[in-house]
Amino acid sequence: MRYSALRILKEGLTGNKGWKPVWREPEPKAEYDVIIIGGGGHGLATAYYLAKEYGITNVAVLEKGWIGSGNVGRNTTIIRSNYLLPGNEPFYELSLKLWEGLEQDFNYNAMISQRSILNLLHSDAQRDAFIRRGNAMFLAGADAEYASAEQLRAELPFLDYDNARFPIKGGLFQRRGGTVRHDAVAWGYARGADSRGVDIIQNCEVTGFDIENGVCRGVETSRGPIRGKKIAMCVAGSSSRVAAKAGMRLPIESHVLQAFVTEGLKPVIPGVITFGAGHFYVSQSDKGGLVFGGDLDGYNSYASRGNLPVIEDVAEGGMAIMPIIGRARLLRSWGGIMDMSMDGSPYIDKTHIDGLYFNGGWCYGGFKATPGSGLCYAHLIAKDTPHPVATEMRLDRFKRGGMIDEKGQGNQPNLH
Amino acid sequence: MIINHPLLGPRDAAEFIYLGDACLIDRPDWEAEDAAEKFHEYGYIRDNIAGSMQELWYHEQGDRSWLVVTRDTVTHEITDVEMARDVARARGRSK
Repeated sequence: MRYSALRILKEGLTGNKGWKPVWREPEPKAEYDVIIIGGGGHGLATAYYLAKEYGITNVAVLEKGWIGSGNVGRNTTIIRSNYLLPGNEPFYELSLKLWEGLEQDFNYNAMISQRSILNLLHSDAQRDAFIRRGNAMFLAGADAEYASAEQLRAELPFLDYDNARFPIKGGLFQRRGGTVRHDAVAWGYARGADSRGVDIIQNCEVTGFDIENGVCRGVETSRGPIRGKKIAMCVAGSSSRVAAKAGMRLPIESHVLQAFVTEGLKPVIPGVITFGAGHFYVSQSDKGGLVFGGDLDGYNSYASRGNLPVIEDVAEGGMAIMPIIGRARLLRSWGGIMDMSMDGSPYIDKTHIDGLYFNGGWCYGGFKATPGSGLCYAHLIAKDTPHPVATEMRLDRFKRGGMIDEKGQGNQPNLH
Repeated sequence: MIINHPLLGPRDAAEFIYLGDACLIDRPDWEAEDAAEKFHEYGYIRDNIAGSMQELWYHEQGDRSWLVVTRDTVTHEITDVEMARDVARARGRSK
């Protein structure tokens, strides 16, 4: 069923009786060409692009819970491509371009709103670094725009420009950045994949792998064994747990990241704003709540909840740039499990086991990468060679000295 | 989280800096044949345990000692805290 304004009108006049479930709930078949483990944003996007771009439709997406119940439903919904390094920036720019055409592509309203992202800067050295990053973005075909403090004062008068400790001296805009209705991304990809023949199998946990002589031939699941010619892991915060079932150890630590939303307010923040001297970022949802977040809690965790000191730190970051936030009441805070990699950049790669593929290590930047990750992973699975923009995202890059370390923090996952 | 420091008693986890898995105590032998492989594992590969895990915490806002904290990564429950010095010596490290 194609969605359109005409369709809404017609259904409205006929009692809304024609709407159908958006995806089927099939029983697992005995064998598939491709089995994707993980029905989150990336897994569903991978299935969608496998079917749409590479013509592989005999695909199952296995999800332990319900689709979109992981990080795609728990993030702060920001999309952007303001990265520096050549191993990253072309990938994220491809992803942002896919976001721009996504709703038309999968015929689903994901409420993509390119309301801009602004990285504030607070020192002369930071201005140099941000302008360098802006130039790197131009090289990859992205947009970037430097704004002086005077320009920002006119556009965003509510920021604390004369803060004694962290004065705002300017900022780097990416006007094409913005926010998305995150759940709709999972649902849109699921619908698009399902309508092309992909089986989305929920409540189906992978409990083991069928590996013989270095070749992966299938998976054991809570709903019985399923054979597959190619098996693709895509489980974010659970990456190490699932890979351990295949005897693999990964360059990943799982950490908890908290996010926050206030009560609904009248429109006040036009885009996404980030603090350059601490870790704080904020946007305003269409419902009016201020959605914001900051640093990881900093210790390994599989508990989807964090601790109070980080909440205090995030609130202090918010107060440092935007004192008006102090009047807003916090409605909710929640935590999600991040697959933190050793250099802050992701992996889209084959494993040492034939037929077994790995996608993970997205740290807390996985949501914006969803379309790009899906397309590049589908490319890798279909063609057995990396997509041209994802050639650096290899699992063995630390051995080769090929780290993609945007922050220059080294192999300390909780600092990326 | 409250970490029960062996010398100072219960302290807020916010006073500490987290390093990671206590396997970092076991630095490989740099002269071994397979040192490159072993250092790659040591530096970059982690068990990333879901459950009880030994990890290194540094009491930066306190006595600056390194601790080995046994903590459940699923529940955040801390079951044991030792001085990292004692753990390292028990594992045969003399320095």
